[in-house]
Amino acid sequence: MDATDSDSLGIVETRYYIFAQESPFETEGGKPLSPVTLAYETYGTLNADRSNAILILHALTGDAHAAGWHKGDKSPGWWDNMIGPGKAFDTDRYFVICSNVLGGCRGSTGPASMNPRSGKPYALEFPIITLKDMVDAQRHLVDHFAIDRLLAVSGGSMGGMQALQWVASYPERVRSAIPIATTATHSPQQIAFNEVGRQSIMSDPNWNEGNYYGGPLPAKGLSVARMVGHITYMSDVSMAEKFGRRFKNTRSNFKFDPEFEVEGYLQYRGENFINRFDPNSYLYITKAIDYFDLANGKGLIEILRGVKTRFLVIAFKSDWLYPSYQSQEIARACKRAGVEAIYAELNSTWGHDAFLIEVDEQSHLVSHFLKKVMASMQTA
Amino acid sequence: MSDDQSLRLDQQAILDIITPGAAVLDLGCGRGELLAALVEKKGIRGQGIEIDDDAILQCVASGLNVFHDDIDRGLSEYSDGSFDFVILNQTFQQVRKPDEVLREALRVGRKVIVGFPNFASLSTRYQLGLRGRTPVTPSLPYEWHDTPNLHFLSILDFVVYCRKNHMRIEQGLYFTSKRRVRCLPNLFADTAVFVVSRAEAR
Repeated sequence: MDATDSDSLGIVETRYYIFAQESPFETEGGKPLSPVTLAYETYGTLNADRSNAILILHALTGDAHAAGWHKGDKSPGWWDNMIGPGKAFDTDRYFVICSNVLGGCRGSTGPASMNPRSGKPYALEFPIITLKDMVDAQRHLVDHFAIDRLLAVSGGSMGGMQALQWVASYPERVRSAIPIATTATHSPQQIAFNEVGRQSIMSDPNWNEGNYYGGPLPAKGLSVARMVGHITYMSDVSMAEKFGRRFKNTRSNFKFDPEFEVEGYLQYRGENFINRFDPNSYLYITKAIDYFDLANGKGLIEILRGVKTRFLVIAFKSDWLYPSYQSQEIARACKRAGVEAIYAELNSTWGHDAFLIEVDEQSHLVSHFLKKVMASMQTA
Repeated sequence: MSDDQSLRLDQQAILDIITPGAAVLDLGCGRGELLAALVEKKGIRGQGIEIDDDAILQCVASGLNVFHDDIDRGLSEYSDGSFDFVILNQTFQQVRKPDEVLREALRVGRKVIVGFPNFASLSTRYQLGLRGRTPVTPSLPYEWHDTPNLHFLSILDFVVYCRKNHMRIEQGLYFTSKRRVRCLPNLFADTAVFVVSRAEAR
């Protein structure tokens, strides 16, 4: 697999859109942010009536680089198996946009960005953000492309939550939504796992109340947070298949070094995470996810009533972090509200990670669904 | 009768019964052949519920609105009378609680179309009564150990059941695999299709 494959987008580049320079972007919590940068990538071509645009939304640690290859990289974008010529999000038909979320650390404005008022990184001066804020920021980017109505919004995990938030915030601007392995309400168990991650970061002495920029990083704290995360993304079966009880090398004398392959894997993933992720971003984004409760006060059915957006809701049987009942609730609420919805629960042993890995059936569902949405738009 | 070569006789009959533009829920829609034909020929607003993984993929490929679920879990997401027709074709005998499923179907639909294999056909009577074997017929093609059918009922059983439970049979159609049966259906038909409504609605 490389950039020269016929179904690959080849070399792609991240671009940057800056807005809210004059009038600040106001967060849901009422705090101003100015200016705001969103890192984004696009694939495919926007058609003449600007009706073939699909917004891809990334998960907790994702970024704008969803597909194709950056020069010199050893691996492609995070959803390259779903986005490209002839793939589920077919770039021969659709114009695909993906941006790094507000609060992120991969080119968009976040806690590691320069605070123009102090001339230093925001750190904890960065306002608390919500998924609604992330979506509002993306709306500026969609406006920048003069796209009135997106053909689809889609993503897995936190990406799925953003897709749902898009429908709630801007129903008239979204023809279809494909939330995958996600929930409309973050559950206590899900909040609990995020809190362990946050406590791990904040208990690292290098964290220093968030003021570590330019000094030693809270790498160990972030590493443990990532390890917990990785456990929740896999399943009992996928871990058994991937690692078994195998040892890394020959069995050493009893020491607390990583002996088992699973330990080595988690440590490796954890330790490398500091090279691409800002610990404060991890705090802000996990908090935004925990605040996510689309039904808050009103009930999901009320939010969906009268909405014209069509839904394709996908869950995976072995996903215990975002169990399928949460996706069913979304689909059932659609039915009750009279919104057209397809619900499919796919077999996979990969746990929550399945939406990134188990793409054959997912591709089948997405590509047929999008063709149907496109066709009904043309006959309408 | 409509002439769609890809549909069985019972499915063609259902295609004829359903009125154009109706709201239809197909419980156990399988690969969606009937729903797709209804959408194409009758312009219905269709929804399906199906439990089989591969069948779901096929339904989506046909552009159908399908919900991956077990109909034994109820139809709580649908309010009363939200469909003109609910179809329970060849699913009725496979659910765990046909009683409750039919009651739920009558709650969410004005009319319910129930189709099932007849367990009292001449061939089944012969195989069970004379040969002492569990019947295997065109409408009951499974061996005793691999059948998805959980309930075995005759046409007469269903008629009596409806009478007892205050369900009104509006229409009954009977078939062998090749033709329609008009005389002594409980003896000569392999398959039955009934249109049922709540008696109190009249």
